Amino acid sequence: MLTFSIKRLISAVPTLFLLITVAFFLIRVAPGGPFDSERALMPEVEANLAAKYHLDEPLIFQYGRYLWQIAQLDFGPSFHYLDWSVNDLIAQGWPVSLTLGGLALVLALLVGIPIGVWAAVNQNKAIDYTVMSVAMIGISVPAFVMAPVLILLFAIVLGWLPAGGWAFSFDRMVLPVLTLALPMVAYIARITRGSMIEVLHSPFIRTARAKGMPEKEILTNHALKPAMLPVLSYLGPAAAGVLTGSVVVERIFTIPGIGSYFVQGALNRDYTLVMGVVILYGMLIILFNFLVDLLYAWLDPRIRYEDLNEGGP
Amino acid sequence: MSAAGRSQNADAFERALDNRPVMGRSLYVDAWHRLLKNKAAVAGLVVLAAMAVMVVLGPMLVEWDHEIPDWDHYSSPPSLETNHWFGTDALGRDLFVRTMIGGQISLLVGIVSTLVSLLIGVSYGAVAGYFGGRVDNVMMRFVDAVYAMPFMFFVILLMVVFGRNIFLIFVAIGAVNWLDMARIVRGQTLSLKNKDFVEAARASGARQSQIIRRHIVPNLLGVVIVYVTLTIPQVILVESFLSFLGLGVQEPLTSWGALVNEGAQELETAPWSLLFPAGFLAATLFAFNFLGDGLRDALDPKDRL
Amino acid sequence: MKTLFKVIAWLCVASVVACGGGEPQDASPEPMALSEPVEVTLNDQGQPSAEVLADQQVLHRGNGEEPQTLDPHLGEGVPTTNIVIDLFEGLTTTAPDGQIVPGAAARWNISRDGLTYTFYLDPNGRWSNGEQVKASDFVWSWRRVVAPETAATYARMLAPVANAEAILAGEMPPSELGVAALNDLTFQVTLASPTPYFLGLLSHPTTFAVYPPAVQAHGSGHVRPGRLVSNGAYQLHDWQVRSKIELIPNPHYRLAEQTHIERVVFYPFEDENTEFTRFRAGDLGWTYQVPSAQFSWLSENMDSALVVSPWFGTYFFSFNLTRPPFADNLALRQALSLAVDRQLLTERVTRFGEMPTFGLVPPGLPDYESPDIDAENMTQAQREALARSLYRQAGYSESQPLTVELRYNTSENHRKIAVAVAAMWKEVLGVKTRLINEEFRVFLQNRAQKRVTEVFRSGWIGDYQDAYTFLELFHSDHGRNDAGYDNPIFDDLLERAANERIDARRRNLMAEAERLLLADQVVLPVFVYVSKRLVHPRLKGWQSNVMDRHPTRFMYWVKAKPREDSGAEVESN
Repeated sequence: MLTFSIKRLISAVPTLFLLITVAFFLIRVAPGGPFDSERALMPEVEANLAAKYHLDEPLIFQYGRYLWQIAQLDFGPSFHYLDWSVNDLIAQGWPVSLTLGGLALVLALLVGIPIGVWAAVNQNKAIDYTVMSVAMIGISVPAFVMAPVLILLFAIVLGWLPAGGWAFSFDRMVLPVLTLALPMVAYIARITRGSMIEVLHSPFIRTARAKGMPEKEILTNHALKPAMLPVLSYLGPAAAGVLTGSVVVERIFTIPGIGSYFVQGALNRDYTLVMGVVILYGMLIILFNFLVDLLYAWLDPRIRYEDLNEGGP
Repeated sequence: MSAAGRSQNADAFERALDNRPVMGRSLYVDAWHRLLKNKAAVAGLVVLAAMAVMVVLGPMLVEWDHEIPDWDHYSSPPSLETNHWFGTDALGRDLFVRTMIGGQISLLVGIVSTLVSLLIGVSYGAVAGYFGGRVDNVMMRFVDAVYAMPFMFFVILLMVVFGRNIFLIFVAIGAVNWLDMARIVRGQTLSLKNKDFVEAARASGARQSQIIRRHIVPNLLGVVIVYVTLTIPQVILVESFLSFLGLGVQEPLTSWGALVNEGAQELETAPWSLLFPAGFLAATLFAFNFLGDGLRDALDPKDRL
Repeated sequence: MKTLFKVIAWLCVASVVACGGGEPQDASPEPMALSEPVEVTLNDQGQPSAEVLADQQVLHRGNGEEPQTLDPHLGEGVPTTNIVIDLFEGLTTTAPDGQIVPGAAARWNISRDGLTYTFYLDPNGRWSNGEQVKASDFVWSWRRVVAPETAATYARMLAPVANAEAILAGEMPPSELGVAALNDLTFQVTLASPTPYFLGLLSHPTTFAVYPPAVQAHGSGHVRPGRLVSNGAYQLHDWQVRSKIELIPNPHYRLAEQTHIERVVFYPFEDENTEFTRFRAGDLGWTYQVPSAQFSWLSENMDSALVVSPWFGTYFFSFNLTRPPFADNLALRQALSLAVDRQLLTERVTRFGEMPTFGLVPPGLPDYESPDIDAENMTQAQREALARSLYRQAGYSESQPLTVELRYNTSENHRKIAVAVAAMWKEVLGVKTRLINEEFRVFLQNRAQKRVTEVFRSGWIGDYQDAYTFLELFHSDHGRNDAGYDNPIFDDLLERAANERIDARRRNLMAEAERLLLADQVVLPVFVYVSKRLVHPRLKGWQSNVMDRHPTRFMYWVKAKPREDSGAEVESN
């Protein structure tokens, strides 16, 4: 397992490097610059700004400078939020996104898996259809519709919860966590249902049934574990996504996470900020896929680490 | 949101299909029969067919144009009297026509960009899988790097760099979405390549092209079809997210995503401007998902009841 | 189809519940019913008398986007300015009604040639750490603004000062700037050429003083809570990026006893609907804007909080005069302008009482008289008839319609206006318009390059109270002359106005320039902006003003009127 871990770690380096390179040049190709404004800048000021942020150097120099910088774990100054460095901004925003995303993830698992199992056990019965239809609402209603509806209902009409804003308190987190969790609940329920059905029809479960094992025991002791494998592969990238914030939720609930930096950073041409969050996301994806593989081997002893090395997820 | 959801199908298939027996052509007929027994899937199919007919023919049923405002009835509720069946938007444009036009665009975006991702994904994955070894390794490393890039960042930059026309939306979304397809196809090709029946065909002197046509492609087809039905709704959602950011289709054209976004801003003052497009959007996504699930069940012989 | 109905039914329930809550006749009131204020009485110092002031003096203000910076020299944009004018005070400042009044400088002299300004600082001026505000602080600060390494975005505010441009270009050291501290309280400025609107510039944050020791010690990090030293009515207490910026009074401020709001919290919003919801939930006392789609709801349900007043800005479209179809085609430009029904557009699309206009410089400037425009005195039918004949004269017709690209940047309001204008062109002239919505920075670049644009969204909010801030945009050398207007007569009029010291003559020169610009139909003016926001009826002390500047230090909460007769009409603002 150790060799596997080390191998994966080493193989992550070229992936990250490629990611950084592609992202760096991609954002620079976008027309316009971070200091463009509807107000005219004096040409002298424009030149001074470019010099201050090294935008006047050839691109390849800037690239070299940037690599050197991040090698020292310094993501540089933000080009848009002039008083802050990218490190500052991520340090302020990420805990918020981590908290919300983490809670949403837990909620989604706690609700999604039981629902999926329930539907699978009642495959093609009314319960199955009802549960899956309700779950599908989570997928079919975009978050930017769900969030205003929730706010209107719970904050304005009923007045039970705040309409937005951020604090590490239960009442401020309910609605954003709910909005984040709903689509995940739906996905997890669907995947669980699908894989559960498959497992329940597999020979070893039939054998267990033939031996007269109680259905409940079959479910919890034998079927659940293998049925979780596809859920895990979904969770890897999904966790990386939800833990780095969501633009929609942050915008509608005014939450200072890092999700909107992916979009606002790109739109503001805040080169350093957007690179910072992109690298963070990339590292999380790589990390979570690695964890998923470890868990996989734990859940399914048939899988050996050597197999995973060959183009794992 | 979609960044998180995108790989769900991919991996689920990859794992689920590993031990799947190989199908011949007749099995597709069986699969079709199994599909027809699945009520939800059939309903999905019917809804989709009805939807397609409606969005194409709908605009011809009424006198309104999708771009000219009816200045006397702006933000007016659905009414048979004014002949605005779904009401009008904030500018006085007929929402029935706009919902139909939006449906055309959304469905088109979904289908075309799925096809783009299919084309890139299948060829990329097949090449990587078939050649294997170092080629495979390099190609998959690249996929990993792109995979680690936030999907939305990528799409937004593509929109910004290439300006904004509907064709580019298709390509942009497809160009990002092919990663899953490439992985699935690669995995399938890798495992098929070494299956007994392929070996047997090879031993009996079949040509490579024959092997690919007779044995590899038919076995990929099932996966691909299922993948397509589950990717289209995702793409439609991605487009709606772009519309939320104001980066969607150009006026006066519209899409369900754009309409829903406009409607969500007038949730209270003009609920109809949200309800109709949202209803159509949700119904379509429901239908695609049920159909996709049904297809997956039908194509998986283990699941015969 | 069953599922479809389920979704619709579900959404219906949600929205019906929602709509019910919003109805005015509904028995259950909103979570925060807007209370009515008591009558404000002032004491003999012109301050509100103690008995009308509410016990709680905390103000929560919605403030648009997260400010780019709180450094007055680097800052740009209205959200930044709103906070910076609470923190800092320039040589001059603005009264509640927008008039320029003495600030850090108690009085000033202007030399006969208009080139030397001598400011006598208020001896009571204090930084938030208790230190006196000295003339040398202004000297140091102004040199910082023009120093190339500072890269102050708005450095051109100081461009009229002697040597400023050469210093910005790196050709002279900052110490050569035409400023001097004659003693602790006397600050002297030498200009390169007389600039009649110079005093107006001094309320712009770029001309404010920063506290030199703090900047020297912390560099760009000097604006953090605990470090920022400011000379305005407030000081920085807390700043959580994209969450809130909290200010508390500066106890050493020269008018500290007249500051009533004990804590003001600025909240950034990326979405105007969110801000609106937060106001309704009672979280805010003051908003930055109002979503235009909500006008009818607001006027029915929250009329007492809705404040709409004219703003010093014009919404217009510009024609690219360097490319076909608009180059050398005056008739076509006129036809397109006349075909736009501004009355209909402001009534049905923008809806907040924006004033339709055919001119560039908004009304409201003291003494400036905008030129007469023929189109103003016609009916819309006459305009459209004229538009059609001009359209034909320009070489187009029903069978050979004009195909034109209309560009705007991503925004809900721009989108609606562009759609409406395109529809009007189509209805009146049969013009085929391609609407092109571009991401902001792409849009700016395309505008500046002039290679692909045809007609595009423009608009301008004046930087200072003078017609010049609008007209200079069309000088052939101006960096934002995206229309590519190049008229030597116009340039000459502007240059003469810039050097003219007699106010009346200067105004005439500018009015003549505007007349020329409008006759050449370089732009298609649509309406004069209004500032619109929601303000709690109990928040008093501020006034609507054309520059839309509202320092917190004038504001105060007054007590709520005791609720005896709940049926009483709510007084509207």
